[in-house]
Amino acid sequence: METSLAHYLALSGILFTIGAVGVVYKRNAIGIFMCIELMLNGVNLTFIAFSRYYADATGQLFVFMVMSVAAAEAAVGLGIIIALFRNRLSVDVDDASILKN
Amino acid sequence: MASTIIFYLLAGFAIACAISLVIHRNPLYSAISLVGVFLSLSCIYFTLAAPFIAAVQVLIYAGAIMVLVVFVILLLNLDDDKPLTRLRYLYAVAGGLGLALLAQTLFIFYAVMRTPQEEINTEQTVGNTLSIGRAMYTEYLLPVEIVGVMLLMAIVGAVVLVRKLNQPQLELVVEEELELRHEKEEKDDYRIAF
Repeated sequence: METSLAHYLALSGILFTIGAVGVVYKRNAIGIFMCIELMLNGVNLTFIAFSRYYADATGQLFVFMVMSVAAAEAAVGLGIIIALFRNRLSVDVDDASILKN
Repeated sequence: MASTIIFYLLAGFAIACAISLVIHRNPLYSAISLVGVFLSLSCIYFTLAAPFIAAVQVLIYAGAIMVLVVFVILLLNLDDDKPLTRLRYLYAVAGGLGLALLAQTLFIFYAVMRTPQEEINTEQTVGNTLSIGRAMYTEYLLPVEIVGVMLLMAIVGAVVLVRKLNQPQLELVVEEELELRHEKEEKDDYRIAF
């Protein structure tokens, strides 16, 4: 059985699922951040697979944009985590519920 | 045939690393698992004839972003994730979400498998660096410039976020937090004694 587009889509779907479950499951802000990166990577694989099977470079350009957004997100997100740790002395998202009431 | 075996090996490695990313409670182990996912995805990009993206994946994700994450983990000196005590319904939410997404993935897999596949042209070179660079600076010039502005905004935002608080203000925050924790512990002690 040759690998086809469906296999790559299935792999990216599984990675996205694991990332989404991790975002809900994790308590740790850094863990949630890493699960979001995993979800972004699952989507990137979809873009590359479609770019390969439709012979179009647009998908790869899009992956480049997603990577730039992920880099920006890493800088700002980790800044927020450090600010959170300074104020709450923990990166547990349950401790950061000050906006609730 | 060899390409199929390589794909299954890389995919299995990526999924195993992703699962270990979610179940490890120590954030450093999670980070190392995430590097494994990035590297195997990078190899898959190579097999999909996208060498530029594969190289950028290793440079930006496995290099820059993960180094930043590991720095932050070491800087904050984190403990292991505490086990979930309250919000137990989140387990059910996570399980339901996972099942729904997996069902969707299976549906897409079967739907795409059933459609007739065109033969792909293995000679085409859309993925090489030259054609990507040409597309980037002609057809997609505006998005690339917007990405540049966005990165500048991210730098400024990160610096604003992590700038130093005034020293007295910082001490006040820390003291308040410690007091709060102390009170909570006392209350817990009382509860146990009671």
